[in-house]
Amino acid sequence: MRIPCPICGTRDRREFYYQGAASMLDRPAAEAPLEVWHDYLHLRDNPAGGTRDLWYHASGCGSWLVVERDTVTHEVLGAALVEACDAD
Amino acid sequence: MVELNALSACDGLLPVEHGRLTLREETLGAITSLAPFKGQGKALSAALQAAHGVGFPAPNRMEVSGDVACVWTGRDQAFLLGPQPDAGLGAMAAVTDQSDAWAVVLLSGEGAEDVLARLVPVDLRPAAFPLHAAVRTELGHMAVSIMRIEAGLRIMAFRSMAATLVHELSDAMAAVEARRRLS
Amino acid sequence: MRIDGKGRVDRTRPVTYSFDGVTRTGLAGDTLASALMAEGELLLGRSFKYHRPRGVLTAGSEEPNALVTVRTGAQADPNTRATVQELYEGLTAVSQNRWPSLDFDLLAVNNLAAPFLGAGFYYKTFMWPKAFWEKLYEPMIRRAAGLGALSGAHDPDRYERAFAFCDVLVIGGGPAGLMAAWAAAKTGADVILCCEEPEPGGRLLSEDEQIEGRPALDWVQETVALLATRDNVRIMTRTTVTGAFDQGTYGALERVAGHLPEADGLPLECFWRIAARRAVLAAGALERHVAFRDNDRPGVMMAGAMRAYLHRWGVVPGQSVAVFGNNDDAHRTARDMAHAGVDVVALIDSRHDAENRAGDVPFYPGWQVARAHGGKALEAITLRAPNGRHEKLAVQGLGVSGGWNPSVHLTCHTGARPVWRDDIAAFVPRDGAVPGLSVAGAARGTFDTSGCLRDGAEAGLEAAQALGFSGALPHLPQADASPYRLRRLWAVAGKGRAWLDFQNDVTVKDVKQAAAENYVSVEHMKRYTTQGMATDQGKSSNVAALAILADATGRDIPETGTTTFRPPYSPVAIAALGAGAQGMGFAPQRFTTSHKASVAMGAPMIEAGLWYRPSYFPRKGETHWRHSCDREVTMVREAVGICDVSTLGKIDLQGRDVGAFLDFVYTNTFSTLKPGRVRYGLMLREDGHVMDDGTTARLSDKHWVMTTTTAAAGEVMRHLDWVKQAFCREMDVRFISVTEQWAQFAVAGPNSRALLNGLLDSPVDDESFPFMQCGPVTVGGVEARLFRISFSGEYAYELAVPARYGASLFDLLVARAEGMGGGAYGMEALNVLRIEKGHITHSEIHGRVTAFDIGFARMVSGKKDCIGKALAARPGLNEDREELVGLRPVSAGHLIAGGHLFGEGAEPVSANDQGYVTSVGYSPAMGCDLGLGFLRNGRARHGEKLRLVDHLRGVDIVVQVTDPVAFDPEGGRLRG
Repeated sequence: MRIPCPICGTRDRREFYYQGAASMLDRPAAEAPLEVWHDYLHLRDNPAGGTRDLWYHASGCGSWLVVERDTVTHEVLGAALVEACDAD
Repeated sequence: MVELNALSACDGLLPVEHGRLTLREETLGAITSLAPFKGQGKALSAALQAAHGVGFPAPNRMEVSGDVACVWTGRDQAFLLGPQPDAGLGAMAAVTDQSDAWAVVLLSGEGAEDVLARLVPVDLRPAAFPLHAAVRTELGHMAVSIMRIEAGLRIMAFRSMAATLVHELSDAMAAVEARRRLS
Repeated sequence: MRIDGKGRVDRTRPVTYSFDGVTRTGLAGDTLASALMAEGELLLGRSFKYHRPRGVLTAGSEEPNALVTVRTGAQADPNTRATVQELYEGLTAVSQNRWPSLDFDLLAVNNLAAPFLGAGFYYKTFMWPKAFWEKLYEPMIRRAAGLGALSGAHDPDRYERAFAFCDVLVIGGGPAGLMAAWAAAKTGADVILCCEEPEPGGRLLSEDEQIEGRPALDWVQETVALLATRDNVRIMTRTTVTGAFDQGTYGALERVAGHLPEADGLPLECFWRIAARRAVLAAGALERHVAFRDNDRPGVMMAGAMRAYLHRWGVVPGQSVAVFGNNDDAHRTARDMAHAGVDVVALIDSRHDAENRAGDVPFYPGWQVARAHGGKALEAITLRAPNGRHEKLAVQGLGVSGGWNPSVHLTCHTGARPVWRDDIAAFVPRDGAVPGLSVAGAARGTFDTSGCLRDGAEAGLEAAQALGFSGALPHLPQADASPYRLRRLWAVAGKGRAWLDFQNDVTVKDVKQAAAENYVSVEHMKRYTTQGMATDQGKSSNVAALAILADATGRDIPETGTTTFRPPYSPVAIAALGAGAQGMGFAPQRFTTSHKASVAMGAPMIEAGLWYRPSYFPRKGETHWRHSCDREVTMVREAVGICDVSTLGKIDLQGRDVGAFLDFVYTNTFSTLKPGRVRYGLMLREDGHVMDDGTTARLSDKHWVMTTTTAAAGEVMRHLDWVKQAFCREMDVRFISVTEQWAQFAVAGPNSRALLNGLLDSPVDDESFPFMQCGPVTVGGVEARLFRISFSGEYAYELAVPARYGASLFDLLVARAEGMGGGAYGMEALNVLRIEKGHITHSEIHGRVTAFDIGFARMVSGKKDCIGKALAARPGLNEDREELVGLRPVSAGHLIAGGHLFGEGAEPVSANDQGYVTSVGYSPAMGCDLGLGFLRNGRARHGEKLRLVDHLRGVDIVVQVTDPVAFDPEGGRLRG
């Protein structure tokens, strides 16, 4: 498997750490009801098809990425930075 | 006053030679991480240029001017190699001394790319990885920074892993030499 | 026997080898199979289940029968296919699956018991009585199971892994592959050509064909020479592409030294991971058998293989041969054998309307071979005429062809199924089966050479063009364009056993029986009969087996479907897959700057993650680690001890928002910390459980340095990147690991300040450097950092210098400490010291504990949000929990980590479990064992007596529950 890091270019999967569903980005507000936090922490879709996952380019630039891929065809459709570089 | 003696990261480990391939330790002077603060990238690059004659490098590249180099090492991060950093840089960037954190080795000789092809999952052949190209990747299980300079391929790995770095490279050098004997 | 003037072997270079202990001579260029055939040796092995005598069936890697063990001792390599093992001087090979000898095998008695050993035999037989399973059945089956045997010794051979990259990967070096490589290379694309054989040519090596009016191999040589001159082409011979994976990643096994007498530093094999932007599969096709009675007699082989042995190695199985097929291609074998002077006694074509394309040989259209005769070698065949009449012919070899199966395997590796093509009665690849992979030549059912050349050229060019390269279709050479026609024939009707899967001894009858017992799914049939489950993965038997299943169940073949092709295409040694992952390649070794000195002092080094740390520093007269440990602990409490703490993670943070960032990362508040001060912090995971702890120092207004535990340094760095990038985008914060930059040493004990003041260029005192202070100092002119922190609970400092000075500073510190009645201390003493103080490590914060559990609930600030705060507050995490407690033995015996706690009168079973012990050590100061552990509602139970039981290690003692802090609970010592 190869992942197109927006900064480093396409790299072998071994350079990346896999986290899980990109829904972890949608962190509830601190005061949100417990049910909302429970959904955030525990509930995941299990799609046959398009999915958005979090990957960390651990051996590369150190960016967290949202990688879109298809669980049926194994295609990697693209990858985007969780946070744009902000020095420029 | 007591006296502290300095030891290099690869003390007692290098140089190593296998046929036409050599591996030796490099002494770069200071290694300084520069991480421009929010919105300070261009200002830092200009200040770097003024103070040290090199700009802030694009991803996967290094900027070189004489003995001074600035190599990209991660998102919003590069290492200034050689001089003590100008004090003014601290206004624009997080400036962190990394001079002692890295084992810096130079792999040179015909077949150097074949050696790294046994350890590194990135295409380092000259066409894909020309002069002054630089990558962050892994060598075996070690996080490394690799760059191509005139003298060969420079590899920077964590200082504590120097023994493993030298062992793995030396092993691969021997294997590449064995292939050369076969052909 | 060897045929004069035929083959590509070097008749001037004899090669000595041994097979089953007999020294023999072959020729350079031979395989083990061809060399043995040259000497008339057709019996190469015994079958897996029935121990039937078996000979060579094929001429390639698909071989099911001729498996041998090559080399000896620890280097022995079982299940090597004699058909691909190249001969070299001194090669040693022995046959397998026979005892005492290949010629006389006692387990051949299984063959006589065959009526009882059919499909499902194991499932049906080894059921009752239940008690027999463990004592009798399993040991018996284990003894008989397996093909070949490993030496049991450490494998001394070298294996290698490597990465390669290209624009276009061409898989297969036959006419289609060569043309694909050439067409792609001409556009300037970077090409890798992988070829399983020692030289390119593919099927052309095994045929007598012409290209452009000249021998086909001339064209092969010229094309290879052209390719070899180009910088953008890499030809990898002896390299089998074994798997297709995601995003153009391919696995390939290169046999590097397996054909050489001496490895001379070379790996036996190299496993390549090839990243290709596009790929062309030109892997050719594999011939399939026709099942008939006793079709497994040595001397019966594939018709194409018989031709290959003739043309590549100049050998034939005997003076007189016959050929049996259902297609035109089989006729070539009869023709070529007759040309070579071999007596072709019959060409049998099951098609009644077939025309003889073999020339002057006895032709039997519409006939079939009903039976093979002989034992360890073929002696005769029985032919059955269309009218049912039988005729027996004496032969020494029989070439059989049931048609050709395109090598679709790789196209199915990512989940696609192949498509049935009725005209060639075979599966072909589904279009777009693997993204970026196209298929050319026989691999997609184009069997004639002319078609293969065109197919390859088009696929190679198209692949390069898809990547933006441009070029024209290369000249297409004139070549054979004979049609390939067949009429399907899977099995010849009749009594007796007709073999499908030679390697796992599966017959036509077994497949029919599976269907009769309702194993009608092809996947079930496969597992019930074991068809296709051996090392050859049923390459020559799968299609026939499912065709027979289809027939038995009244379905057509597409409806019946195939089993799943998975990587690898051909067997790959685990040693090759795992190459580079032994020793330091398995895990890098991280050495501190004091490593050499510690080893020199005799300290046993223990692994702490990737780091190596000293366990203890034995001194003269100390005969047990406890002696050293006790002495080191006392030394720290009474004088001064030195410990290398460089392995703790150190992260440098800078920027105007670091305080706010740390407030969000840690449960407690850091933004209020004054420059020059240090604070202990607790980090949670988002699920509310403790992730890590450590101190963070504010060096100056915008400059901080965080410490993590040794174990979690990498995890914390990743976590900080996550929190910053996902949730703190507006913050101006930069951080980088400085773990490697600083060598840091704990200087702990009542004499620590005195020791330091003998080293520092300017002395420190309690007023300028109180507890939890930090600041810059210099040592011998070297800029250093001093922290007044303590993990041991003693009056202590940590001194950090740039790593280049670490070894030198350690030597100085230890020498000074020894002069003050102290010295170096190791992990054992460190552990005791912190247990005495109730300080936690990852033994306690093991992933399932909360801040509440360790008594730090008050550290979760109510004034701000932080990672983990919301979910730490959820029901169940803050009441009726197992809480951190101290433990001391009351009865005789030692505490043991991992033991569980029970009420004094309770039976020690899980239902009564009250908690467990996480850390133990002997405290010289307290004169007893001390432990830390977790006990249900433990904070309210100090003073209570409990049973500590460890069933595994036979421990059952009485302990008393205490406060976790056993030593100096007021903390007066660390403040001085």
